[in-house]
Amino acid sequence: MQFKVLLIMTKKDYLQDISEIKNIMNRSTRFLSLSGLTGILAGVYALIGAFFAQQILKEYVNTNNRSVYNSEMGFALDFIMMELIGIALIVALLSVITAYILTKRKAKKEGVSIWTTTTKRLLFHFFIPLATGGIFSLIILNQGFYGFVAPATLIFYGLAIVNASNFTFSSVKYLGIAEIILGLIALNYIGYGLYFWAIGFGVFHIFYGTIMYFREKPTI
Amino acid sequence: MSIIQHINKVFNHRVRLGIMSALMVNESVDFNSLKNLLDITDGNLASHIKALEKVAYILIQKQFIGKKTNTKYSVTKLGKIAFKKHINALEKLISQQK
Repeated sequence: MQFKVLLIMTKKDYLQDISEIKNIMNRSTRFLSLSGLTGILAGVYALIGAFFAQQILKEYVNTNNRSVYNSEMGFALDFIMMELIGIALIVALLSVITAYILTKRKAKKEGVSIWTTTTKRLLFHFFIPLATGGIFSLIILNQGFYGFVAPATLIFYGLAIVNASNFTFSSVKYLGIAEIILGLIALNYIGYGLYFWAIGFGVFHIFYGTIMYFREKPTI
Repeated sequence: MSIIQHINKVFNHRVRLGIMSALMVNESVDFNSLKNLLDITDGNLASHIKALEKVAYILIQKQFIGKKTNTKYSVTKLGKIAFKKHINALEKLISQQK
């Protein structure tokens, strides 16, 4: 009888040991203070940005329904490009600030520090494809391939997420894969970049963010 | 009873198990990261590190970053093998008792 009790006790201890080991292995390699709310808000910013971008483009088409080859129009196009890039940068900046604030808040709640080796690793693996994509996009913009910018940003952003997914919630890789596929589809519909952009950066973020938000401890 | 032999007495403490777990999946981990991860005091961590170092399961590397010392720990080949054996034994014990 005593022996049996002892056995059950040790079994429970061993199970606890194993789960503790898994927990530490995850916490020491993955950055888990990302909040689902960040995704939702980033998606909302992107949709608002896309709306403004569409207004600008609409106005441009309305005021310039003359010949396509017009020197004045070329100038206007440059100006519009700057406006669109401005919107994109504001959306990106707001998203980064939101991510920082919410991550810091969640980390504080969980009693973990935010600037750790895991964070650095996550950022490093995230930013290499992302920076490459950013520079790539600027170069093709400069070359005049405006239509390729939306697919390129989606694809590189997706690659960045997949690359970073080993260092945070691994389910985030599905978001990355979805962005890559969307980017490849967008390549076939040059000229509709803004809509794909709104889907990829807006709808997908809100969708994934909501899923994450409702299971604050997602499966790893 | 042969499984019991593989249950390693060195790992018979949660902190040591924790240190090993972190080192198994990282190239190296510094003292403060380990402390935060395991949520224990300096002295407690140091004594368990010493125990693991004594049996040559972990390696200590001291570095200078500016004027501050930065001590990093990594797992040795021996430590890796011992830890894997221990985990296997734990899992076998659990499945046997089902």
